Amino acid sequence: MIDQIVVFLENKKGRLAALCRAIGDAGISMHALTVADTANYGVARIIADTPARACEVLGAAGFRASLTKVFAIEVPDKAGGLASLLETFDAADINVEYAYCFTVEGGKAIDVLRIDSSLNVEKIITGAGFRVVRPEELYR
Amino acid sequence: MAGPERYFQPEIEKMDPEALRALQLERLKKTVELCYESIPFYKQRFDQLGIRPEDVISLDDLARLPFTTKQDMRDAYPFNLFAIPADDARVQRLHASSGTTGNATVCGYTQNDIDVWGDTFARAIAQVGGGAASILQVSYGYGLFTGGLGAHEGGIRMRATILPMSSGNTRRQVQMMKDFGVDILACTPSYALLIADTAIEMGYDPANDFKVAGAILGAEPCSEGMRRDIENKLGVKMVDIYGLSEVMGPGVSCECRYQTGLHVAEDHFIIEIVDPKTLQAVPDGQWGEVVFSTLSKECSPLIRYRTRDISRILPGECACGRTLRRMDRITGRTDDMLIIRGVNVFPSQFQEVLANFPEVASHYQIILTSKGPLDYVTLKVETVPEFDFDEIRKIENLRQRINGELKSNLQVSVDVQVSEPKSIERSEGKARRVIDLREKGN
Ligand SMILES: [Zn+2]
Repeated sequence: MIDQIVVFLENKKGRLAALCRAIGDAGISMHALTVADTANYGVARIIADTPARACEVLGAAGFRASLTKVFAIEVPDKAGGLASLLETFDAADINVEYAYCFTVEGGKAIDVLRIDSSLNVEKIITGAGFRVVRPEELYR
Repeated sequence: MAGPERYFQPEIEKMDPEALRALQLERLKKTVELCYESIPFYKQRFDQLGIRPEDVISLDDLARLPFTTKQDMRDAYPFNLFAIPADDARVQRLHASSGTTGNATVCGYTQNDIDVWGDTFARAIAQVGGGAASILQVSYGYGLFTGGLGAHEGGIRMRATILPMSSGNTRRQVQMMKDFGVDILACTPSYALLIADTAIEMGYDPANDFKVAGAILGAEPCSEGMRRDIENKLGVKMVDIYGLSEVMGPGVSCECRYQTGLHVAEDHFIIEIVDPKTLQAVPDGQWGEVVFSTLSKECSPLIRYRTRDISRILPGECACGRTLRRMDRITGRTDDMLIIRGVNVFPSQFQEVLANFPEVASHYQIILTSKGPLDYVTLKVETVPEFDFDEIRKIENLRQRINGELKSNLQVSVDVQVSEPKSIERSEGKARRVIDLREKGN
């Protein structure tokens, strides 16, 4: 599993820019950013280098930031690749809280999934023919 | 605190409610007569309303009598609300409020007034498990302030041994509490906590090393968290005692060891709870302004004194066996009251609801705006650092649960907004709890 930085954002002008600036000024590279939005607030999810330090930097800048463990899975670049993975989870009655996708160097697609880690998820993923990506493959 | 319930005046404290109402009526009639005959202010008020003392024939007639406000008392400075002249031999003592804004409010006490006061405080000593064999440490300030001498008189009536410390010199307070085997402490909650912390700092474990077992604390607000802190550190049962210098001083009402509301000394006071806007009585259980009429006071009787304190009558019987009705702990002042969509709401009620949600921090802010003709309430809360906000479902679930609790407790629909940490304004540690941006005219 990999470390993902999660930041709570009020829907106020400039908060997302301030977040990116804080990470940038600390010299930390960001690899993926996604924002889930509601009417009142958003939750930014970030894959970046040195996640623990990034988290500290954000906390010092006045953000509520924390780390959560998520699965990063390499998805083959062919139609229906992700669908078959999610079907596997469905069949095993495993709830996927959220998912998003980004590409890394070499054009590989990485899916990030938040799943209750108490279940033996990794085995199911590999059993279905997918590869779980290690942290060192994504960030320093 | 184990053992059987102790009473100081069981014949009063466990009196049959009907007999108690009869006693109240008899005393109310006397008080009304005294006010009318001896205090021009009341005679004028009664005459304006066309009421004569003999018109009071049942307790329900109380609702027809005029109110007395703090301003009335200030305007009467110093002695215009006295039924007996201050220099009369019967008047033994004067107490006065600090009067930080405007004139002080002054009350006179005859010996009987002082004895009644002592009796009510003595009941508190029994309520916390004390008795004539107790050593009572009075660490309220002695002086014009009613705390110190009120507790002192309670000790006298109880025939307890009084240690009149007053406040200050906290290390000596601790030393004597330990060396003299004090079992009951009377002071303010913040001072009790300071005594506890000082004792611990001095290397003692007062909860185990000291004999102190009961604390009668009042004169300032005390949260449940602070109460537990005091109880755990000192190893005591703490009861909240209520009083105000205009009405008498500590003893007007006091908790028993079950800590489920404060038993009102109904033989000496009639309590009413009114809507502060309409001044109409509200049903038992509903919050409103506390109003007291005195029944036994000879020098400074009061009819329907508006305390500006917010509480409610707690219906039902108490496990301690006392029949004296209970009021809830004071949750705020009428000055803080908000009227939202016609419903009276106190900021402290929001606080009470939020206290049941460990997910949110204690800082909150109420923002009132207008949406057309309707009031719109936004409640900003911050989650505690441990809260996992990665799952939006959890945040939404938290918002809904808070909203539901507020709706059922306050009868007001509230838009709960989860805010970023420290985004809720704090000034000098004390937050501005309410921001009213409503268009005026409603
Ligand atoms: Zn009781």
